[in-house]
Amino acid sequence: MAGKSVLKRVDWLTVLFYLLLVTIGWVNIYSSTFSEADSSIFDFGALHGKQLFFILASFASIVILLALEASFYERFSSLLYIICLVLLLGLFVFGKTISGATSWYNLGFFNFQPSELAKVATALALAKYLSDIQTDIKRRKDQIYAFAIILIPAILIIPQPDPGSALVFFSLTFVIFREGLPLYYLGIAMLAILTFISTLMFGTIWVVIFIALILILFFLLKNKKFRVPVIPLSLAVIVTILFSLSVNFVFNNVFEQRHRDRFSLWLRLEKDPNKLEQIRKTIGYNTYQSEKAIESGGFFGKGFLEGTRTKGDFVPEQHSDYIFTTVGEEWGFIGTATVVLLFTLLLLRLVYLAERQKTDFSRMYGYGVVSILLIHYFINIGMVIGILPTIGIPLPFFSYGGSGLLFFTALLFVFLKLDANRLKEGI
Amino acid sequence: MKKLLLSSIIVIIAITFLGRLSYLQIFTFSPDQVLEDPAIKRVYDYPERGYIYDRNGKLLVGNDPAYDVMVIPREVRQLDTLEFCKLLGIDKEKFKKELRKARIYSPRLPSVFVPQLSKEDYAKLQEKMRHYKGFYIQKRSLRYYDTKSAANVLGYISEVNERDLAKNPYYVQGELTGRTGVEKQYEDILRGRKGVQYIQKDRFNRDIGKYKDGMMDTLPEQGMEINITIDKTLQEYGEKLMHGKRGGIVALEPATGEILAMISGPTYDPALLVGRERSKNYSKLHYDSIAKPLFDRSILAEGSPGSPFKTLNALVALQEGVINPNTTVQCYNGFYVGRKKRGCHCGGGLRRLNDGIYKSCNAYFAATFRKIYEKFETTDEGMDVWEKHMKSFGLGQYLGYDLPTGKKGRIPSKEYYDKWYGDNRWAPSYIISNSIGQGEVAVTPIQLANMTAAIANRGHYFTPHILKKIDGKNISIPDYVEPKHTTIDKQHFEPVVQGMAEVYEKGTARYVQIPDIRIAGKTGTVENFTKIDSVRVQLTDHSVFVAFAPVEKPEIALAVYIENGYYGSRYAGHIASLLIEKYLKGEISRTDLEKRMLERTLEYEYAKPYLGREFKINEYDWSQHSKPLEELISRE
Repeated sequence: MAGKSVLKRVDWLTVLFYLLLVTIGWVNIYSSTFSEADSSIFDFGALHGKQLFFILASFASIVILLALEASFYERFSSLLYIICLVLLLGLFVFGKTISGATSWYNLGFFNFQPSELAKVATALALAKYLSDIQTDIKRRKDQIYAFAIILIPAILIIPQPDPGSALVFFSLTFVIFREGLPLYYLGIAMLAILTFISTLMFGTIWVVIFIALILILFFLLKNKKFRVPVIPLSLAVIVTILFSLSVNFVFNNVFEQRHRDRFSLWLRLEKDPNKLEQIRKTIGYNTYQSEKAIESGGFFGKGFLEGTRTKGDFVPEQHSDYIFTTVGEEWGFIGTATVVLLFTLLLLRLVYLAERQKTDFSRMYGYGVVSILLIHYFINIGMVIGILPTIGIPLPFFSYGGSGLLFFTALLFVFLKLDANRLKEGI
Repeated sequence: MKKLLLSSIIVIIAITFLGRLSYLQIFTFSPDQVLEDPAIKRVYDYPERGYIYDRNGKLLVGNDPAYDVMVIPREVRQLDTLEFCKLLGIDKEKFKKELRKARIYSPRLPSVFVPQLSKEDYAKLQEKMRHYKGFYIQKRSLRYYDTKSAANVLGYISEVNERDLAKNPYYVQGELTGRTGVEKQYEDILRGRKGVQYIQKDRFNRDIGKYKDGMMDTLPEQGMEINITIDKTLQEYGEKLMHGKRGGIVALEPATGEILAMISGPTYDPALLVGRERSKNYSKLHYDSIAKPLFDRSILAEGSPGSPFKTLNALVALQEGVINPNTTVQCYNGFYVGRKKRGCHCGGGLRRLNDGIYKSCNAYFAATFRKIYEKFETTDEGMDVWEKHMKSFGLGQYLGYDLPTGKKGRIPSKEYYDKWYGDNRWAPSYIISNSIGQGEVAVTPIQLANMTAAIANRGHYFTPHILKKIDGKNISIPDYVEPKHTTIDKQHFEPVVQGMAEVYEKGTARYVQIPDIRIAGKTGTVENFTKIDSVRVQLTDHSVFVAFAPVEKPEIALAVYIENGYYGSRYAGHIASLLIEKYLKGEISRTDLEKRMLERTLEYEYAKPYLGREFKINEYDWSQHSKPLEELISRE
């Protein structure tokens, strides 16, 4: 296959979304790191200059990724996965510590973060395993294997510590669900999260009362046709109550104060306004500043390079995790809504692309891509606009960071290559 | 279903995000957020605070430039610490300490490094300042007092506190506001209005130009100068006389109600509450809970008026027609309340209104007081009428003068006694002390002075006030130029004034006459008590005097209240006569008297309750007066 035909068959709509996001992202990085002292946008000493270099490097990598044989990705996914695990293990010995997390290899010219590569590799490996003809996701054993593929890198990453990245791997369970894992697993997970939050907010007693009420309602409404599974149901109730009780224990004894404070802030658990203010000023400082910055943008924003809070450097980590605040302040609601819409359209397009794949591997990988992008986007913006607790995770294509951008680009374009190849595979 | 799961999650997330964003950016957004935007610096241009002059245009309060060395810690670069410290006159330890303190406060905001340099230090430092990056000199203006007096009148200014900030959005942290006295009362006039410039800061906290090209900037409005009604000479003289004594003096101009002097003893030099030593000095004054120098006795000290109050009882009795100037009362060196005898120092005999006043006969006024309420069917009714008359002199209520503090005093009403003793459980004899200005009546010196002014005017007074001119222009506040009429008809005043004039000519104050000036006055000797270890102990009487002069065309009315000064003419009478002479003549002819009053102090009296031993009161002997307190204490 000649390169020309790959270019013809690649999904240009996705490429367009990608280019738009990268461009808008860079403009905002420029704005939030810009200072009069910098003479040129190509000043590679400045952060925006470095980012520009990585954007160009990403474009170069796209060429390579598209030029490679599509089957290469499937064939080498297991190897890549194992290499990644080795690299993650190696961090315990050779890792470089940056701001408290031992997540990097120092390669001299830049710091390489293997956990990012591991995301791509895990998505590939999972797709490969699930698409294997011998795998049946309805079987308990295969379910355990599938989860193991996700959990092993996550477990290696947690002690770095980098809980944000570890969380990303869990998003890959979407792929397993898509491929037939019974939905009640998801139901149980949702129930657990719900119980956790409501126990913190209302206390165990109310949770128990609430469950009891639901049960009574359930039995009152039961009719002859529908047999109530008494034993599993009561088991579920007991487990829920035990879980609820353990939440209090874990929250008070296992969590550290800073974790408790984050929840206190997020769920407004702290009733004492003075203490809440204290938390807001310390743990909640980032969120408070980012909310304020976004709010101050109003509907139309303050204009490019006009963000006063951005200029004043009031939002910490603004060029990386908090880059969305610059959009909010300088471009207003119009800007933030555009970015949210772009991400939504990109993700929906990717779901569509995944569904039209002819091979299981491509489809599953496609779902992996969507899951990983979605969880980044959801947690990042959710945190910045104050509806989720603070978890350090970058915004795909936007946030400053070389290996981050390279990895997101690779994640996406591997899939686009597979997609471009789908007709050929079909033959 | 499973195919749709992920897509629906994506859509739900989008809706949630857009909802939250529109909440933040559309609903909670307010366009005047520039006021709280930390990236927009507001630079204030402070106008100079207005000067304060006395009634004759003599300067009381001005401004002095002061220079603070400021530091912005993160802009500080390598410097020759030794030289810098030498220039500032501090040591290296202090340098380090201050820098650390400033950094803890904020690395990027300016803090005061060394406050209030002298002009000489400033001159030396100024040219070298550019070598010290991160340090700069900020000019401020401090209050400068051209007098050591009138601290209670002028008040002081201090930094705004949380309460001020919450109350008035004009102020920002670190600004000054009038705290007491005239500085507080006329804060808005004196302060002016600061100008604001909005400056856009870049992320290095450097100025990068005016925000919106200065569209929102404002110019400062100058503070205005004011003249107050105080006579600087009289005020200063009065405070000198008050040296070593406690009490209050208020002098008014009866024809206008202008306050000529308002003296509280002990007082302090107003300059103490300015500058580097301010907080140390303030604590010292604040925690002196015995002498209470910060307590303005001239308007806040409520006490029994004593005998001067007899003049009002006489006026009420005349108005009610229960006596006439020739009504006689027999004084048995006292009078009887039920079976109990109360004393009188007038010498006994048949008393008329005239000698009743100038001899200050207790029996005469007890009888007169009785006649007032006996005119009515019930004592309640009588009390109401009496209360109404008394209140028309401005007693028992706020006078409405333009100073930020005050006390109501007390004219007891029938409700007051009902509450105290129970409904109808009190008899007229319970309240007889009010006839001679003891008992439940309480007044402040300014009320006493105002009452005297009302008598001087023969029936009306003008609300006392302190403001005379703003920005050189006379002000006329309707409430202050309108006479307040008492409920006593004009013709009843003449006999009372006559009696008061004879106080000087042949009565209780005959030794304090001033050549060529006819004075009307009334002495007062007020019994008073304190508690020592929760035992009620009587102290030496308060010396009280009210007077106005000249009798025919009064130019000054005053009240002098000297705590524990013994009988009325002993201290208060002398001080009053000196003040009147000073004000009317400009100089003192009776220098020996003046010397005596300046030198004598009452520390001896004030120490008595604290010495922890038995003491005598109302000692006639002068010898202990004027001795310094240390000597008194160390004697034993």
